Amino acid sequence: MRTKIFPISLIIIVSVIFVIFYKGLQNSNVYKPQIGNQKNIPVFIAKAFETEEIFKSEDIFEGDKFYLMNIWSSWCAPCRDEHKFLLNLSNQKKLKIIGLNYKDKKKNATNFLNELNNPYDFIFSDTDGTIAIEWGAYGVPESFLLYKNKIVKKIIGPIDQNSLLEIKELIQ
Amino acid sequence: MRFLKFFILILIIFNFNLVHAKTKSLDAKITKNLRCLICQGQSIHDSDSEFAISLKTLVKKKLNEGSSEEEIYNYLKDKYGEWILYDPGFSKNTYFLWLLPLLMFLIGGAIILKLFIYKKN
Amino acid sequence: MASLIGYYSLIIGFSISFLIIFFSIKNLSKSKLDNKIIFSVFFQFFFVSLSFLGLVQSFISSDFSNETVFNHSHTTVPTFYKISGAWGNHEGSLLLWLLVLTLFIFLFLLRSNDQPKKYRILTLLFQQIIIVGFFVFLIKTSSPFNYIFPIPNEGLGLNPILQDPALAIHPPILYLGYVGSSIIFSSALAAVVTNYISSSWAKHIKKWILTSWIFLTLGILLGSIWAYYELGWGGFWFWDPVENVSLMPWLALITLLHCTLVLEKKQILTSWVVILSIATFTLSMCGTFLVRSGILNSVHTFANDPERGLYILIFLFILVFLSIFIFLFFYKSEKTTTNSFFWLSKETSILINNWFMMYFLSVVLIGTTYPIFLEVLSSEKISVGPPFYNKLIIPFLVPFLLAMAIGPKLKWIKSELENKLNLILFLIISLLLSTFIIRNLDINFLINTILVTSAFYLFLITLKDFFSKKFKNLSQNLAHFSFSLLILSILFNNFLSTEIITNLKINETYENDALKINFEGIEQRDEQNFKAIIGKFVIEHNGGQTDIMQPELRIYNQPNIITSEADIKTTLYKDKFMTMNSVQNQEYFNIRYQVKPFMIWIWLSTFLISLSGLIGFFKKRYEN
Repeated sequence: MRTKIFPISLIIIVSVIFVIFYKGLQNSNVYKPQIGNQKNIPVFIAKAFETEEIFKSEDIFEGDKFYLMNIWSSWCAPCRDEHKFLLNLSNQKKLKIIGLNYKDKKKNATNFLNELNNPYDFIFSDTDGTIAIEWGAYGVPESFLLYKNKIVKKIIGPIDQNSLLEIKELIQ
Repeated sequence: MRFLKFFILILIIFNFNLVHAKTKSLDAKITKNLRCLICQGQSIHDSDSEFAISLKTLVKKKLNEGSSEEEIYNYLKDKYGEWILYDPGFSKNTYFLWLLPLLMFLIGGAIILKLFIYKKN
Repeated sequence: MASLIGYYSLIIGFSISFLIIFFSIKNLSKSKLDNKIIFSVFFQFFFVSLSFLGLVQSFISSDFSNETVFNHSHTTVPTFYKISGAWGNHEGSLLLWLLVLTLFIFLFLLRSNDQPKKYRILTLLFQQIIIVGFFVFLIKTSSPFNYIFPIPNEGLGLNPILQDPALAIHPPILYLGYVGSSIIFSSALAAVVTNYISSSWAKHIKKWILTSWIFLTLGILLGSIWAYYELGWGGFWFWDPVENVSLMPWLALITLLHCTLVLEKKQILTSWVVILSIATFTLSMCGTFLVRSGILNSVHTFANDPERGLYILIFLFILVFLSIFIFLFFYKSEKTTTNSFFWLSKETSILINNWFMMYFLSVVLIGTTYPIFLEVLSSEKISVGPPFYNKLIIPFLVPFLLAMAIGPKLKWIKSELENKLNLILFLIISLLLSTFIIRNLDINFLINTILVTSAFYLFLITLKDFFSKKFKNLSQNLAHFSFSLLILSILFNNFLSTEIITNLKINETYENDALKINFEGIEQRDEQNFKAIIGKFVIEHNGGQTDIMQPELRIYNQPNIITSEADIKTTLYKDKFMTMNSVQNQEYFNIRYQVKPFMIWIWLSTFLISLSGLIGFFKKRYEN
């Protein structure tokens, strides 16, 4: 009896390892942080982009409105690509778009907005990138759809046609 | 005698290098334990990506504000998930990770011990 | 044209496999090895080499009608890197694997004349199973000879971090190590089937174990040196998955090597030797799977393709099941009467070596694969990094180092410890020595003193043996000595490294209480396929000594990537290491200046470890 238990358990163990490796192959090896849907938005203090006045986050985000928090920078190429979608979204009455200007020079950022138009209702500036970290972001661009001070949806990378439609659907 | 001379030589060499001994800073220790999300496979300390630079600034800021190492880890774990820490803490996810190698060590020891007992009988 | 020759040679080489299998099976019952077999094995090697040369030639002539060349080369890449580009990619490196596989089995047949015929034929058969697997893999999923039309004018270029002399020869050397373990695998299976696990088998296979171990050591060393100066942050080992998978077969090989020492003397531990032989190659293949499938996230960039991963996985498990099957059905356990150990003997010390080695192996294996298991089972992602390995490995190093010092002093079968006084004296000396040193350093006293003591102990004992034993057991003593040297250099490198990270504009100066760094300016230089921006930094130490450091930024034309080249000033005591990096959107550069003591000793001791293997390889030859 003892002689049989060993080979059988060995084969079972090896098979389990095989199945796990097989399943593991289908997962992506690039890590993207996930955010639970009901996550509260962070509380922070930051300078306004234009006036350089200091604002608290709760001054900007009111309870029962939709906000799109968009992290952008003039030096980031994908931000240029997503800009037309932001302009499109800025026509939505139910949605306010808040920008977070990430590690940028004011002059370059202003030129960027003058050239491509300004979709933002309000812009914070984040000169050393630490406010983006409060949001759990790690690159530009990243966008967060907010409702009732909760993060409803998170988009890592530029907004595209699909995410545009999704946002429109969510705010209806 | 020859060995004694050799020891003295070694001591001298080491004493020269003591000049460089310097306290390792806590923020370097922390950033070495954080994994960069941009170039995934590098620590924040070693990386020069924008994200890593910001995170280094943030760690310094937090330390100045008086946060402890543990608090900074918890803060970042909350933002980015457990993945960001290179040192997986001992939790329900990692019981096996920490205990399995030690278990293997014990089993190995038991097998070797058995070889001796077997012989005595 | 060269591609075409390469492709057809590959197909011919593949067909010869069946010829070899056919001849071998026919030859099984005969008493003498058929010469046809040796010839066909030679021709297989010949055609695979031809195929490989075909690929190299396509790279040299920048034949962009070949998809692999198009993806990994460019007309402006220097010729040396065009050649090394041939194996600097997935397809080419697999062809190299195959080349080494066929070379090794050919050498095996030539060098095993004194072995039983049936055992040789069976080894060849098992090896052919592996070779066929690789042929199918190459031809089906990753042919290096795909044709593209219309023919592009220019290639996509070779990844700049691969354009480096150390990394150009790193893969071939590492593969010699990995593939050498395939011979051990096949021959262990063949020996099980023919019931030939014996002292003469141990003597014979030890050569192959040494060969693959030496190459693996050198391969790892080269990779490590490359990482040190090229990746730009001055580390040499990161416990990155790709590094770990090369360490695992290394650990298995060194365990196996010690085990065969026992088997040479006594008919014991046979099942363990077989299991280790199988594990060694399985770990090499497992490494190939983990690296090539992209299942793990690593700092080392490889193009990944899940289909290829799946193929290697299936192939790997076919081999595993095959070996389990053969082991369970053919293995005859040794007679228990010979199974006797005395607690104080060389056998015991080797068992202890095995015990610790297996523990280290399981730490590395579990640490590397655990995130995969966790993600599949609970879809949570975690990272397992250096702190994990340090915590689990370092405490166990202490008894391991002590055992390494005392073990070789014991005799076979039954032994008394001679010169006990001497051994204790040395322990006291090392304790005093390390207390003296660690006391002056600003680090955790207790742990580090114990650790350094054990390393010094091994160092002093082995050093003494160089004088007292002269050349007896030179390779063993040198290996243990170099290992202690390696551990000591790593420890002190860790304790004493200092680092300055700062941002400087041109003409700015950084100053602290020990030194001053002056950023004097930059100059540009145009090279064949990159533009170099060279910074000039003058470092004034407080003692009045000055250094000029010139780190470089390279802007490659194709693909358009910026790399940073460290400037390293090496002396026997320490390396001075400087890199500079441009920062997005800023005028300043990010400067990293490190003083790293005993770096050269880390490389040197690792080199000595492989040298001791080489001595062991040749020593046995004239003793026989």
